[in-house]
Amino acid sequence: MTAELRYVGKSVSRDDAVDKVTGAARYTHDLALPGMLHAAVLTSPHASAKIVKIDSSAAAEKPGVRAILTGDGLCYRLGLYMQDKCILARDVVRYQGEPVVAVAADTLDTAREACRLVEVEYEPLDPILDPRDALEENSPLVHPDLHTYEHMKGVFFPRAHSNVAHHQKVRKGDFDDAFASAAVKLKAEFYNPPVQHVPMETHAAIAQVLPGDRAEIWTSSQSPYTVRHLMSVAFGLPHASLRVHVPYVGGGFGGKAGLHLEPLAYVLSKATDGRPVKIVATREEEFNTLPSRQGLHSAVEIGADKNGGIVALKATYIWDAGAYADYGVNIGRAAAYAGAGPYVVPNCWIDSFVVYTNKIFGTAYRGFGHLEVLWGIERAIDRMARKLDMNPVEFRRMNLLREGEITITGEPFTSGHGSPVECLDAVAKAVEWGTPSEPPSEPYRVRGKGIAMLHKAPAMPTYTSCAAVIKLDEDGAADVLVSGVDYGQGTYTVLKQIAAEELKIPIDKVHVTWECDTAFSPYDWQTVASRFAYMGGNAVIEAAADCLQQIRDVAAQAFDVTPTEIVCEDSAAFVTGAPDRRIPYPQLALGYTFENGNSIGGPIIGHGRYIATGLTHLDPQTGQGLPAQYWTYGAHAVEVEVDTQTGEIEILNIVTAIDAGKVLNPKLCIGQVVGGVVQGLGSALWEGFRFDKNGRFLNPAFVDYKIPTAKDIPRRTEQILIENPQPDGPYGARGIAEHPMISVPSAIGNALFDALGVEFNTLPLDYERILLRIREKSEGA
Amino acid sequence: MHEISLTVNGHHERATVPASMTLLELVRERLHLTGTKEGCGIGECGACTVLLDGLPVTACLVLAVEADGCDIRTIEGEAHSGKLSVLQLAFIDAGAVQCGFCTPGMIMSARALLERTPDPSDDEIVEAIAGNLCRCTGYEAILAAIRLAAERLQGRESYEADRVLVEGDEASLAKEGGGR
Repeated sequence: MTAELRYVGKSVSRDDAVDKVTGAARYTHDLALPGMLHAAVLTSPHASAKIVKIDSSAAAEKPGVRAILTGDGLCYRLGLYMQDKCILARDVVRYQGEPVVAVAADTLDTAREACRLVEVEYEPLDPILDPRDALEENSPLVHPDLHTYEHMKGVFFPRAHSNVAHHQKVRKGDFDDAFASAAVKLKAEFYNPPVQHVPMETHAAIAQVLPGDRAEIWTSSQSPYTVRHLMSVAFGLPHASLRVHVPYVGGGFGGKAGLHLEPLAYVLSKATDGRPVKIVATREEEFNTLPSRQGLHSAVEIGADKNGGIVALKATYIWDAGAYADYGVNIGRAAAYAGAGPYVVPNCWIDSFVVYTNKIFGTAYRGFGHLEVLWGIERAIDRMARKLDMNPVEFRRMNLLREGEITITGEPFTSGHGSPVECLDAVAKAVEWGTPSEPPSEPYRVRGKGIAMLHKAPAMPTYTSCAAVIKLDEDGAADVLVSGVDYGQGTYTVLKQIAAEELKIPIDKVHVTWECDTAFSPYDWQTVASRFAYMGGNAVIEAAADCLQQIRDVAAQAFDVTPTEIVCEDSAAFVTGAPDRRIPYPQLALGYTFENGNSIGGPIIGHGRYIATGLTHLDPQTGQGLPAQYWTYGAHAVEVEVDTQTGEIEILNIVTAIDAGKVLNPKLCIGQVVGGVVQGLGSALWEGFRFDKNGRFLNPAFVDYKIPTAKDIPRRTEQILIENPQPDGPYGARGIAEHPMISVPSAIGNALFDALGVEFNTLPLDYERILLRIREKSEGA
Repeated sequence: MHEISLTVNGHHERATVPASMTLLELVRERLHLTGTKEGCGIGECGACTVLLDGLPVTACLVLAVEADGCDIRTIEGEAHSGKLSVLQLAFIDAGAVQCGFCTPGMIMSARALLERTPDPSDDEIVEAIAGNLCRCTGYEAILAAIRLAAERLQGRESYEADRVLVEGDEASLAKEGGGR
């Protein structure tokens, strides 16, 4: 590995780019099967109601309607961590937008028209909309049967007869004592609204039930094997009876992890005697039927000694899980063990409550709770620095984790973790921290700078694993099979680089199979948590080593030497010191044939795997344990300009530093960083669900829910990639996909204070909120 | 039902369509040109952008009958004889593609721009794709790709010609309102 790298670390263009620029890339949206039916759903107009009666007789008479399903016939509870959700609502609806009736018909128009003919009688109930109210002793319950639900035991702790799906604790040292004696104290509260992932391809699935209790699924999913496993559990089917295909996927960002429309397509196919059934979410359904990022109420207390050393930190995180918390429970867990930021905190107390309400339910979204908790922590750290009369960069540098320190869950911080301090210093230098901004062009415009740290580890089960298979072709090329999904990150291209490097073959001789298929692609848990390049990369390295071992064994027999005497280089195996005694890979790929026709070996197929190592469950009472395969650290620094007459904010510059361990592909890595930063800008400046007093979702379309457009990007961005190697990462790499999004709002919030002297505690920082706060301040003065 | 005839990527097509059918449905479901994507169905995301008589339109908001007699170009018409266009190549080289779902619409919007404005300013490029949403890239690489394509077409930037194009493509791009 010390030799010069031919492909790893180079800006190789995306493997999938040609398919995508020509329109040849086929997504689930684009698939059609012979005899395929189309499905539509009727969703609840109420946030909370009893279903009194469903009359679908008029719909059933409509020509072309093949099946109408309601929740009554579907006694399945589904989930990965918490089995709290049905395929269609049963007896009650728990959020506005929840599917109540599903229709499969010859055409999509017929299915939609049939849905409109179904009459559902509801008895509306008072919805529970604020998770803080839902925590009250006498609150009505979103899930009265919570105590009966299956869930991952020993990891999650739903509280019976309450709205608490999970309570994660972290306890270290003695917070009360340390806070009481702290020289400087700060208490502050923060809020993040729920937001949407907005993949450009909405969720889509096709299912076809086959004879013998088998089925095939085509889905726009991040998780082929998890889809198969969860459906197998829910429907009581052997795993091998379900075959899941994942073609090209048009973005995921966490929202396509786990199970979504697949079970509904499956039961509709079953109800139509095995016709293939396709269901595609409309954009409105993507907003208000499929899950979002959870909202969060945070309360943070920090105590420091007079020199600026943090002595105590307490945080209470109340997550607005919405109606279901399958994934929400794990976000509440991850955000707790990461919930003090990347700092040394000798006395720490964190409570993270995942609380059911009658809103759209939450799930994983790029950053997995970290953008949300670091909105509060990084704003509070800035305020604390000012209370101490310290430079926010100096205060952070003094308290950041470094070698020899211990995290809040008891994990020793080593040199292999990378360097948060280097990230901080890099972005501070890049924005000339400490030097005032250039004056703006107009007197009513003001400028400010802000900085924020970020960190995250993959949040995944302790036993998360994956595999890779490499097959050599007749021409000496290599086919790489994995079942992690490349839904835009570029991981397949990186795996291709790694395979070429390891196998010693030209990169255009490596082919990563784009359609995942659980019948052929080897296992991967699911494509989440910025862990695919790390785990999949390690699995590909091992699979390549397996191929090379097989090649050496056969070549050694051919030359009558020992395998250790064989070297592989330039698509050939040769005897050490005798380069003329060489056999090119094509003559070994399917077995070697001597001149007399005798043959040895056989097709070269290498297998590699990787499993999370050394992780432990967290102690239920103290949160102590080892939750992280690795941590990735980074920092953002921003410079903003605000129009004090309109509240309009412009991002002049945003500099991001991430300790990637090793940059496997600079072009793709920078693409991830820029994309993540702009997505973070959406969370910072515009995005957030709005509900009316009855819990109806008011902005489920792009006109009212604005995501960044080409007109909204920062005037300038800069990416600084730091390489302190991850000891067990492929070539030293660690995951970076989610991280650029985290703490973008925090850095902007801090810059807004610098510019305006106004504290912002609530996202998004839209023009209206900024202007109102400017006015409040001037009126107060 | 209505009889229509139109040209799609240079091929003459006839179809009998209901009045309610959109151009997007015609292209995707009748002509099986699924490179054009549907991201919202209500004209807000730009994923279904195609060229109608050289102008970019969101095909979900155009009725098939409105396209009667028109010249339609979709992403499938962008490469010729197995060779990528300058724009396609620039999207690859600049790293402007991630999940790829917005890419066909982006390229069609960019093509319309470069046919009308061969040497666009940065603001003109931004304006041209302001109606095309992308959730992955943060747009920077897309803007760079369009700039790169313009540079190459103006001859100010060299590229590996053997990966590119048929004769006449540059000419059609440079031609004001070209491509008819």
